Amino acid sequence: MSTALSPADAPYSGAGQRPGLPAQGPEARVGGRLRGRGRRAPVGLLAAAVAVAALSLVPLGYILVQTVATGWDQAYALVVRPRVGELLRNTAALVAVTVTASVLLGVAAAWLVERTDLPLRRLWAVLFAVPLAIPAFVTSYGWVSLYPSIEGLRGASLITTFAYFPFVYLPVAAVLRRLDPGLEESARSLGHSPLGVLVRVVLPQLRTAVLGGALLVGLHLLAEFGALQMIRYSTFTTAIMEQYQSTFNGAAATMLAAVLVSLCLLLITVDVLLRGRSRYARLGSGAARPAPRVRLGKAAPLAVLAAAAVCGIAIGVPFVSVGRWLKLGGAGLWTAPELLPALLSTLTLGLYAAAVTTAIALPVAWLAVRHRGWGSTLMERCTYLASAMPGIVVALAFVTVAIRYARPIYQSTLLIVVAYALLFLPRAMVSLRAGIEQAPPELDEAAKALGSSPLRLFGRVTLPLIAPAVAAGAALVFMAVVTELTATLLLAPTGTRTLATQFWSFSSAIDYAAAAPYALLMIVLSIPVSWFLLVQSHRMAGR
Amino acid sequence: MRFRFRRLATLAPLAATVLAMSACSSSSDAGADKNTVTVYNAQHESLTQAWADAFTKESGIKVVLRNGNDFEIANQLKQEGKASPADVFLTENSPAMTIVENAGLFADVDKATVAQVPEQYQPSTGKWVGIAARSTVFVYNTTKLTTAQLPKSLMDLADPKWKGRWGASPAGADFQAIVSAMLDLKGPQATQAWLDAMKTNVQPYKGNGAVMKAVNAGQIDGGVIYHYYWIGDQAKTKENSKNTKLHYFGNQDPGAFVSLSGGGVLASSKHAEAAQKFLKFVTGKAGQEILRTGTSFEYPVGSGVAANAALKPLTELGAPSIDEAKLNGPQVVEMMTKAGIL
Repeated sequence: MSTALSPADAPYSGAGQRPGLPAQGPEARVGGRLRGRGRRAPVGLLAAAVAVAALSLVPLGYILVQTVATGWDQAYALVVRPRVGELLRNTAALVAVTVTASVLLGVAAAWLVERTDLPLRRLWAVLFAVPLAIPAFVTSYGWVSLYPSIEGLRGASLITTFAYFPFVYLPVAAVLRRLDPGLEESARSLGHSPLGVLVRVVLPQLRTAVLGGALLVGLHLLAEFGALQMIRYSTFTTAIMEQYQSTFNGAAATMLAAVLVSLCLLLITVDVLLRGRSRYARLGSGAARPAPRVRLGKAAPLAVLAAAAVCGIAIGVPFVSVGRWLKLGGAGLWTAPELLPALLSTLTLGLYAAAVTTAIALPVAWLAVRHRGWGSTLMERCTYLASAMPGIVVALAFVTVAIRYARPIYQSTLLIVVAYALLFLPRAMVSLRAGIEQAPPELDEAAKALGSSPLRLFGRVTLPLIAPAVAAGAALVFMAVVTELTATLLLAPTGTRTLATQFWSFSSAIDYAAAAPYALLMIVLSIPVSWFLLVQSHRMAGR
Repeated sequence: MRFRFRRLATLAPLAATVLAMSACSSSSDAGADKNTVTVYNAQHESLTQAWADAFTKESGIKVVLRNGNDFEIANQLKQEGKASPADVFLTENSPAMTIVENAGLFADVDKATVAQVPEQYQPSTGKWVGIAARSTVFVYNTTKLTTAQLPKSLMDLADPKWKGRWGASPAGADFQAIVSAMLDLKGPQATQAWLDAMKTNVQPYKGNGAVMKAVNAGQIDGGVIYHYYWIGDQAKTKENSKNTKLHYFGNQDPGAFVSLSGGGVLASSKHAEAAQKFLKFVTGKAGQEILRTGTSFEYPVGSGVAANAALKPLTELGAPSIDEAKLNGPQVVEMMTKAGIL
């Protein structure tokens, strides 16, 4: 899961607070400048935010500069060739099939859990979110080792659909829970059939949530490396990795990256266009009563069976497979000399990245909330744009830039931590924004009026108020780093191996047993995220 | 979002502990240490790790590995240039050594080390030495192919009748080295034609192990790999090779290519003495014995050490005579990119 837009974004898309599209708050825009309520943003803060925004444009800038440096003729020859057409077909087919299937599966799962009297629905509600805790390349490993013949579009879309459908399920479930049944009742009383109500009233209200989830699935698919490489399904990301292995940062790799980046931008544009301008929010949160649930009646056993099948495929396959290899490998697997260092490096990188990401997200989030204007919005969007870039592209850019212009940090922990920060900024931003929005600026002003210095004010007033949001964002970044593979493969300092890279190295050598403990550790470290997301989406519904 | 910040705060000491622990462990493997050799390693990690551990035990000099693929690291070294943190470069195949040598980045190998390796296993320039060798083989599923149906030459696999029936790992440096041997023996035209046909015929896999596994499972009839994947699996559980056998092309065919793994010391090395010592150890008796007794099953080339008894002797392979230092890797990658394989 190397794309940056995180599962954490998903619940927010349901709440109409998608990253990049600032919710309409109570503050009015003042002029077009960096002012909120007539206050000028502090210069230091502004400089920090500008620096972060500039940094986040490095990967895109790298692609542009390299493309120009490659020269038109060679660039043309490297882009317009049969192999690129083949990759384009593969990638497009996978995105089309998996996004469609994830939307169907995610919406169906959400409807079953939220709008029917499905038996054990509280249990299913949790289980449907669990796949998020299993890295897609572990899911793929599960399939490959149980069914070695799995391959092609069918295999790739099967694996990725069941790994990614929670990106749709979570936001849709959150919206379904909050929908005002009054609207549906009005429609019914105006003569619509139940199906008509579903199609004309319920589904349109789900649009934002579905689109947000679909975009996340799409971007993850474009960035996915491990899961697809394991079943030999070539996409741009796997092809770039192969070119990297054969040439380091050669022109062919960069040109493939340029096409991949264009695809990411295309997805985002399509998303914005489809989203449109229609608005489904109501004024004031009010207190909607829960919608009546559809009685499944005789269909109940069938629905339970379907839910069980989905969980069996999405969770059962990887767990059974990892468990089987752990059993076959025996206790010796746990005493492998590489295991503890890999765990320690993973935890260390995760903690550093969590700290750095939250720290650099803070100025941008602060400006975006407290000093809203076109400037701060632009900076905020820059960070989201950068993190829509696949890990492989960011890593390629960082290796090249560091080797040429930033030698002291080349192959350093700092470089990889900054790359993580760029990839996972939205996870911190989304949390921080929500936290800052809830911290009343009046308290700052009161402290200032009482003579508090800016530093003291931050430490004594602001920080305690936004601390939960900071912690939440940091935790999400940490979890993302634990399962990051592509950027880690390229950027890890010499001698540093993480759980993900060790897992990859063993599973590439078809040593499935030796890879199993790493898979299990990654899942164990990721489970808190699923839990966190679930709790968060419930809380949002309660608001 | 009012949730239990206190509870999260209790995690802080835990985080601090982890950071402290890792600080201790990472300070020991940091490359800045004077008594540490940094190896850019494209060989199998397990083999180089075994060399490194034995060397450290003998000399007290620490070894840190940065793992990657032949061409990836060779080009990386080129870009790093004089400021490279690498001391030693080890490969699986010789074309990557040639790239680094042509860039003028290698120091001369110590005379004593050169003397340990027979002339045919090193370039005349003395800039690097052979450290191990591996043979190209055709692994085939015995229920799918009889010996009579086996390809006589690697070139035969371009025939339409092999469409979809054979596999390889084209993104790997191993296969690219085999193609560079073909380029050397048959010339660019025949090789490009073969690659174009290969694009239609081949089932690409990720890694030689994956190719063998697919052959064993009957998904393809055969595959072009190196010998030790098969020998190694046979020595272990046979899980991925029990339905297969090896076919050696012999007859000086491009498919009988014996590839030389190389080792060299970077001219920019700040630990040149320790680096030379390491290379001397690898090609010396103790290092080469690891090839004979260990689980790598590659051929030893130095210090007169015999190959593992499970291997078909090097002299019986009928390998084509090729100047390993002249193999052109970059051209092969370009040709494979042109054929749409990469």
